[in-house]
Amino acid sequence: MRDELKDTRIHIRNGRLIDPKNGLDEMADVFIANARIAAIGEPPADFTAEWTLDASGLIVCPGFVDLSTRLASLEPELLAAVAGGVTAVACPPDTKPPLDEPGLVERLVSHSEALGLARVFPIGALTQQLAGEKLSEMVSLKRAGCIAFSQAKHPIFDTQILLRAMQYAANFDFAIRLRPQDHYLARDGVAHDGEVASRLGLAGIPVCAETVAIATALQLANETGVRLHLARLSSAAGVALVREARRNGLKVTCDVAIHYLHLSEMDIGYFDSQARFDPPLRSGSDRDALRAAAAEGLAAVCSDHTPVDEDGKLLPFAEALPGATALELLLPLTLKWAEEAGLPLLTALARITCDPAAILGIETGSLAVGRPADLCVFDPLEPWQVTTETLRSKGKNTPFMGYEMAGRVHATLVGGRVVYEI
Amino acid sequence: MHKPAWHIPPHRNPQLNARGELNHLLSIDGLPREILTHILDTASSFLEVSDRDVKKVPLLRGKSVFNLFFENSTRTRTTFEIAAKRLSADVINLDVGRSSTAKGETLLDTIDNLVAMHADMFVVRHAASGAPYLIAEHLHRIGRSDVHVVNAGDGRHAHPTQGLLDTYTIRHYKKDLTNLTVAVVGDILHSRVARSDIHALTTLGTGEVRAVGPQTLLPVAVEKMGVRVFHDLSEGLRDCDVIIMLRLQNERMNGALLPSAREYFDCYGLTPKTLALAKADAIVMHPGPMNRGVEIDSEVADGSQAVILPQVTFGIAVRMAVMSILAGN
Repeated sequence: MRDELKDTRIHIRNGRLIDPKNGLDEMADVFIANARIAAIGEPPADFTAEWTLDASGLIVCPGFVDLSTRLASLEPELLAAVAGGVTAVACPPDTKPPLDEPGLVERLVSHSEALGLARVFPIGALTQQLAGEKLSEMVSLKRAGCIAFSQAKHPIFDTQILLRAMQYAANFDFAIRLRPQDHYLARDGVAHDGEVASRLGLAGIPVCAETVAIATALQLANETGVRLHLARLSSAAGVALVREARRNGLKVTCDVAIHYLHLSEMDIGYFDSQARFDPPLRSGSDRDALRAAAAEGLAAVCSDHTPVDEDGKLLPFAEALPGATALELLLPLTLKWAEEAGLPLLTALARITCDPAAILGIETGSLAVGRPADLCVFDPLEPWQVTTETLRSKGKNTPFMGYEMAGRVHATLVGGRVVYEI
Repeated sequence: MHKPAWHIPPHRNPQLNARGELNHLLSIDGLPREILTHILDTASSFLEVSDRDVKKVPLLRGKSVFNLFFENSTRTRTTFEIAAKRLSADVINLDVGRSSTAKGETLLDTIDNLVAMHADMFVVRHAASGAPYLIAEHLHRIGRSDVHVVNAGDGRHAHPTQGLLDTYTIRHYKKDLTNLTVAVVGDILHSRVARSDIHALTTLGTGEVRAVGPQTLLPVAVEKMGVRVFHDLSEGLRDCDVIIMLRLQNERMNGALLPSAREYFDCYGLTPKTLALAKADAIVMHPGPMNRGVEIDSEVADGSQAVILPQVTFGIAVRMAVMSILAGN
């Protein structure tokens, strides 16, 4: 970030301040100096703003923190992030090549810093080449900037290696993230093993593919004491296992991706490859359980942003690439969920601000005085239409293409700098 | 400020045009009863064409029908070819499995090229469930919904003309479907024929449709398709009017779905003894090709209750009916 811009003094006035971390939902001005929050409510002594943003009728809240953003190409995706109000993204290690070398991590960090858009927090590969065989150099990767370790979608076949990886990570108090899906039970599957897959003749992935993997991960986490985060839960049974483990005192966290709060296997319709997700969209009752888990705070919410080009989706369902572009839909889809579930904005926004920030162990996601001035100013009602033109991401792949969304970002600040404004 | 419309727009039924008429035949699932009945009735009128000296009617004269078999099947391709030729269409067989797609051309590139060659109809077989939907959707997107798609089998999903010819056969021998008990026996999990048969039979109001097979070969929640599930062959065949046997692929032994062909035949093979549990006038059907001694005993396959060869004959008439209706006749 360019230094000369770091100490711009900014006054955001007349906005409705929502800061879930501190339980604030009130009309309050925000004052920014030296890239950090200088004051809330009344200006600090001798404060003269160099730039003032009128947030009348708008909500001012911490910038969104995304637990999983795939950065196929850096600049357009980070531009999409800030256009969606997302100021910090965690990047999974299954980049090409995978993030198993400190040099690659350093390059990702420095390139993203040079762009000065959203902050990028790399997640290192847990094993070399993500092959699930040899441990990566976690300490060096951590020094290079990794904030956790995972296998992304790649399996570790050998449970003993998973145990060792957890022991080694626990030794240095590194966090581990796993996508719980048993490779063998999910093999060849492309959709939830239920009514829709049976009717359409699609190979199914049973719920037990998730629960078996969760049970294994929880047992090993209990054994090793590693900080475990379970990413992208898809089923009611999976949620129940995590809830029970936490009740028993295990410090495990989890997340669900925003699409899973809205869609189910039914949305596959007539083989719509835009509804191809990994893990698969499951039944309506699974979706309800995921909503409940997010509402109660058991699960954080992430975008699981996965840009896929048109050719990757214009294929028969089973051959199409899974995932959806989601950074720019994270806010409207969170607002929609809040409205439908009757949740206060303070609660819903916690799932995409302070909760993921706590999971990542980063200091953004809150607007307390002294915190980095990463924030987002948005109109919760303003409509906009999802089109290939309105999406800034390279990925135009979304089951919501053509829909009208409520919730439009007006300005995004990262480190006290305006990085997006309409 | 108006509140944005959040409702999910209704899915367009990709098989029907704006007037609710059949534009593509992709699956039996989702087709109204009237369309199925219309196809079967039309097939009856085509049956006699095959008995004539000149086995041709001019309904598709000047039209180009492209057989696009991305998965090999000489038998099905031949029946479509015969049906199209008896309607006087020009038939072009493309061995796409080995040509263009092998060179990296995508499915839709192939379609664009053939549309540019003025194709009127595609008969598509593909190993991936839903591939014909992708083609129909693409034709819609490029404004060429006047080019019709017939699904000749996609993955495990559907084989609608087989479903139609099977119901045609049942109607031929048993007239009224509403009092019948029909058993579909075998590897339903991997069978597009089973899915199309089940949808056709339930849509036409068949009294009872049964799915008979071991748990490893039945899809999850198959009962939601409107069938009664049986894991025991004897119970499943008891008092049936119609038995549809499915082909068992040899590779099912590899995925630990079954221990051996021998044990499968022992538990689920149709033999004179198990056939005796069905009604005395029950008919036995099979979509072919048969594995004698695996799912069906030769004595049954060649016996008096088997109607397996008439199925093939009716298949030509049904495919003629489908192509003729799609072409707007």
